[in-house]
Amino acid sequence: MQLAVWTYEGPPHVGAMRIAASMSGLHYVLHAPQGDTYADLLFTMIERRKSRPPVTYTTFQARDLGKDTAEVFRTACQHAVERFQPQAILVGASCTAELIQDDPAGLAKALGLSIPVIPLELPSYQKKENWGAAETFYRLVRGFCGGVGQPDRSERTRKTCNILGSTALGFRNRDDIREVKGILDALGVPVNVIAPLGATPADIARLPEADFNVVLYPEIADTAARWLERTFKQPRSTTIPIGATATRDFVREIATLAGVDPEPALEELGERLSWYARSIDSNYLTGKRVFIFGDATHAVAAARVCRDELGFKVCGLGTYAREFARDVRAAAADHGVEALITDDHLEVEDAIVAAQPELVLGTQMERHVAKRLRLPCAVISSPVHVQDFPARYSPQMGFEGANVLFDSWVHPLMMGLEEHLLGMFREDFEFNDTAEASHLAALGGKADRHASEDGDTSPNAGAAPDGDIHAPAAEALPAGWTHDAEKELRKIPFFVRGKARRNTERFAAERGVAPITVETLYDAKAYFGR
Amino acid sequence: MSVLERLPQSAQTGAACATQAAPLRQRGQHEVFCGLTSIIWLHRKVQDAFFLIVGSRTCAHLMQSAAGVMIFAEPRFATAIIDERDLAGMADLNEELDRVVDRLLTRRPDIKMLVLVGSCPSEVIKLDLPRAAGRLNRLHAPETRVISYSGSGIETTFTQGEDNFLASLAAELPKAPAAASASLMVVGTLADVVEDQFRRLFEALGIRDVAFLPSRKGSELPEVGPNTRLLLAQPWLGAATKALESRGAILIEAPFPLGEGGTTAWLKAAADTFGVSDDLFEQVTRPGRERARAALAHHRDDLCGRSVFFFPDSQMEPALARFLHVETGARIVEVGTPYLHRTHMNADLAQLPGDLVLSEGQDVDLQIARCRAADPDLIVCGMGLGNPFEAEGRTTKWSIELVFAPIQGYEQAGDLAELFARPLRRRAALKVEI
Ligand code: SF4
Repeated sequence: MQLAVWTYEGPPHVGAMRIAASMSGLHYVLHAPQGDTYADLLFTMIERRKSRPPVTYTTFQARDLGKDTAEVFRTACQHAVERFQPQAILVGASCTAELIQDDPAGLAKALGLSIPVIPLELPSYQKKENWGAAETFYRLVRGFCGGVGQPDRSERTRKTCNILGSTALGFRNRDDIREVKGILDALGVPVNVIAPLGATPADIARLPEADFNVVLYPEIADTAARWLERTFKQPRSTTIPIGATATRDFVREIATLAGVDPEPALEELGERLSWYARSIDSNYLTGKRVFIFGDATHAVAAARVCRDELGFKVCGLGTYAREFARDVRAAAADHGVEALITDDHLEVEDAIVAAQPELVLGTQMERHVAKRLRLPCAVISSPVHVQDFPARYSPQMGFEGANVLFDSWVHPLMMGLEEHLLGMFREDFEFNDTAEASHLAALGGKADRHASEDGDTSPNAGAAPDGDIHAPAAEALPAGWTHDAEKELRKIPFFVRGKARRNTERFAAERGVAPITVETLYDAKAYFGR
Repeated sequence: MSVLERLPQSAQTGAACATQAAPLRQRGQHEVFCGLTSIIWLHRKVQDAFFLIVGSRTCAHLMQSAAGVMIFAEPRFATAIIDERDLAGMADLNEELDRVVDRLLTRRPDIKMLVLVGSCPSEVIKLDLPRAAGRLNRLHAPETRVISYSGSGIETTFTQGEDNFLASLAAELPKAPAAASASLMVVGTLADVVEDQFRRLFEALGIRDVAFLPSRKGSELPEVGPNTRLLLAQPWLGAATKALESRGAILIEAPFPLGEGGTTAWLKAAADTFGVSDDLFEQVTRPGRERARAALAHHRDDLCGRSVFFFPDSQMEPALARFLHVETGARIVEVGTPYLHRTHMNADLAQLPGDLVLSEGQDVDLQIARCRAADPDLIVCGMGLGNPFEAEGRTTKWSIELVFAPIQGYEQAGDLAELFARPLRRRAALKVEI
C-alpha cells in the first residue's frame, strides 16, 4: 500500500485510452464503474478535444455485482459496436473490474462480432499509464501485423519510414510530428504511416511496408518498434531530436537509415538557439543551476540541451518512469549527479530544495513546487495541463523545437543586467520584492511570477480551493540572525535570498556559529563561492 | 398569503406540475463522477480533517484530474493505493493501512479527524473500513478521531459522497441534553461566505441556536437531539437526513435556497418552525430580496424564454431548473439527475411544469441523442461532454461549477443567474466560427 497525494501517471487503462483516442476507427470498451468516466475530461478539457474519446464504459454498479456484471459488459460491447461502427475494438478492465474477473476478452469473443477484437490485459495494481499505452500499442500492432509475411521492398527507389509513438495527451506531440515530418520531407524520405496519432486500424496493418521506423517517444513505441524490428527487419531510430545538436544527430541517423545524403537538409534547415546561446546577452546563463525531472525521454534530452547548448549546470536529474531508469542513470552519471528515480512527488520536492536550483525543468508537479519555492520553471514533460496545449505552433523537437526550448527555458529567468541592477540597488523603492521583472510583467498576476511562459489558468480554476502552503515560507523571519545580518540578507534579491539564507545557516550550524552576523553571511558566501 | 403563493408563478400555469411526472429511467453508460469527488470541497470545508481514500491508482488519478488538475502540492486528502502485494495476501491489508495512517499522522499531527473513504476496489475485496476505523480510533483518539464512509463509484454518484460522509458524522455528534431548547441545524456544505450570511439572517430573525453541518472544525461538532430541527442546504442528503432523524432530529420541509424565491421560502420554513412573526420576517428579508431581485434583473433578458437541458450531475438539477424557470423565465426541456429524492425535491418540483422530461440515471448516448434532437439554447453538463457539444456549435455550462461556486442565498442570486447567462452572452459576443 502506497500513500499518494498526486501521481505522475494514471492507471494503465488511461494509457490504453490515450491510444484509442489517438486513432480513428477504433473503439475501447472498458469494464469499469461510473466514476472512471472522469478520464474523458482529460481529453475534452486538457487537450480541448472536440469529440468524446472513443470509449464506452460499462458503469456497472454494486447491485449488478451479485447478479450479472458480465451481461452488463456484453450489452455495452454490442451497443458500442452498433452505435460507433468501429473498424476494431479494444476490450479490457479497469482496476475494479479486474477484481471481479469477468474476462472481457472471452465475453467479447463469444459475441461473434464481425470486427477484430483486441483484448487488453493491463494489470492495474502493478503497472501504470505509460506502460498501458505501450502495451496497448504493441497489442494493436501485433494484432494487425502478426502473421503477415515479410513485405517485398526490393522495387523501391526510396526507402520509407513510419513515425511511431505520438499520442493524444502527449506533451507537444501534435507539433513535434509536424516538425519531424518537415525534416523527413527535407531529406526526401516518404512517410508510410504516423501512429498512433491520426492512424486507423487499417493504417496499423500497413506498418510492415515501411523500411524503417522513427521512434519519437520510446515510452510509448519502444515495445512495438522492437517487435517490428525483429519481425519485419525494420531498423528503428534511437536519437530523440530535442535540441540543436540532437536534431542534427537525428538528421544524420535518419539519412543513414534511408541511405540519403544529410547535408542538403542540414543546410536547408536551421535554428536560432545556437546563435542566441553564443550571443553575449546569454553570458549570464553560464553555470545556472538547473533541476530536471520528467519522463525519461524529455528529461535526458533536456539535460543535454542545458549543458551543451545553454551552458547551464545540471544539479539534479530524474524520472518517474521506472521502466527507463537505466537510461536516466546513465545520463545522470554523465552529468555528475545522482539520478532520482521516484514517483513520489514529495521526494522530488525534497530533492529540489536540496539541489538549490536556479531553474526547474519538470512536469506540472514540479511547476507547482517551483512556484511555491519561488523558482523559475518551465514544463518539459507529461503529466500535462491545459496550458501545455498552446494555441500556437510550439514543438519541442526539431530545429523549431530548439528555438522554442531557448525561449521557454531562458525567459523565466531574470535578464542579465536586470539581475545586476536589482542586486546593486536593493533599496530602490520600486525594486521591492513584489516588483515584476520587466519582461515578465505582461504575463499576469504576481502569483504567476514564475509560471513558465504561459499563464496559470486551470480548466477548473474556479473550482480549485486554496492550497496548503506547507513548505517553509520564503519570507519567514530567520531565527538566530542578528538584526543587521537580517537586514543585509534582505538586500539580496528574493530569487536567491532563500538559497543565501540556507547556505549561511548551514555554514553557521556546521561551525557552531551563533548568532549569525553580517560577517557570517559573507563568510558563507565566500565559502560556497556564490 | 404564504411566501410560496407569493412566488412568481410558472409561465405555463395550468399545466400539471412536475411532482407527478414519472421519471424516465434508462440503463446504459453513466457519465458522472463517483462519490470520492465530494472530497474536493469537503477537505477544504472541514479544516482539521484529512480524507484518506483507500483505493487504487484510478481513484488517486480521478482526484487530481477533477481537483483542478494538480493545483496544489499537498491538500488534506490522499490515496492509500492498494497494490499487488496487498491483493495477493503477501501483505496484510489492515496492517498496511495502520502503517500508512501512522506515517500520515506523524507527518501531519494537526489532523484532528481522519476520514477513511472506501472505494470500489476496497468494497469489492470487502475490506471492512468501518471496523478499521474503529480500530484506528481506539489507537489515535482523542487526539485524532477516525471515522469512515464509502465514496465508491459502484454505490455513489458525486455528491452522494458528502451524503455518506455526513451520515457517518451524524453518529459522532454529541447528544443534546433532553431539556435543550429548539435549535436549528443547517445540513450540507455551503461556502463559508454563504454560511456567514445565513448565520446573520437567522440571528436577525431571532433564531440564535444555529449550527452548520459539516462544521468548519471536525473537533467542534454540533449537538443533536429531539429538539434539533434540520434545514437542508443541499439536495443530496438522503442518508444524512435519515441518520440525523435516527438521532431524534426533525426535518423542516423546504425548497432549496437558490435565488430570491428559493431563499425566501427556505428561510420562511425555518422562521415558521421557530415561530418568527411575519412582520419580523418581512423586515429582515426585505433588503436581501430586493438586492436579489435587482441582481437577477441584469440577467433576465439573457435567460428569459431560453431552453435549457440538464444532464445529471449533482442532484441539484431540479432545484436549479426551478430557479431558472420561475425566477428567470427560462424554458426547461429536460432535467436529468443522478438520483431523484422525491421528498426532498417536492417543493422545487411543484414549481416546474409537468411537460418537461424528468430523467433519473442515464444512458449517456441516448441522452445525447435526445439533447441534439431538442436543440436547446443551453446545455448544462459535465466536463467530459462540454467541449464536444461546443464543437457542434451548441452552448454549454459546466455543471461542476454549480457545486463549487457560492450560489445559495440572496447575495448570490445574481451570480447564479450569471453562471447560466454568461455562456449565452459569450456566444453572442464571439464573432469567430469553429
Ligand atoms: S469509480 Fe471507483 S475505482 Fe473509479 S475512481 Fe471512483 S471509487 Fe475509484
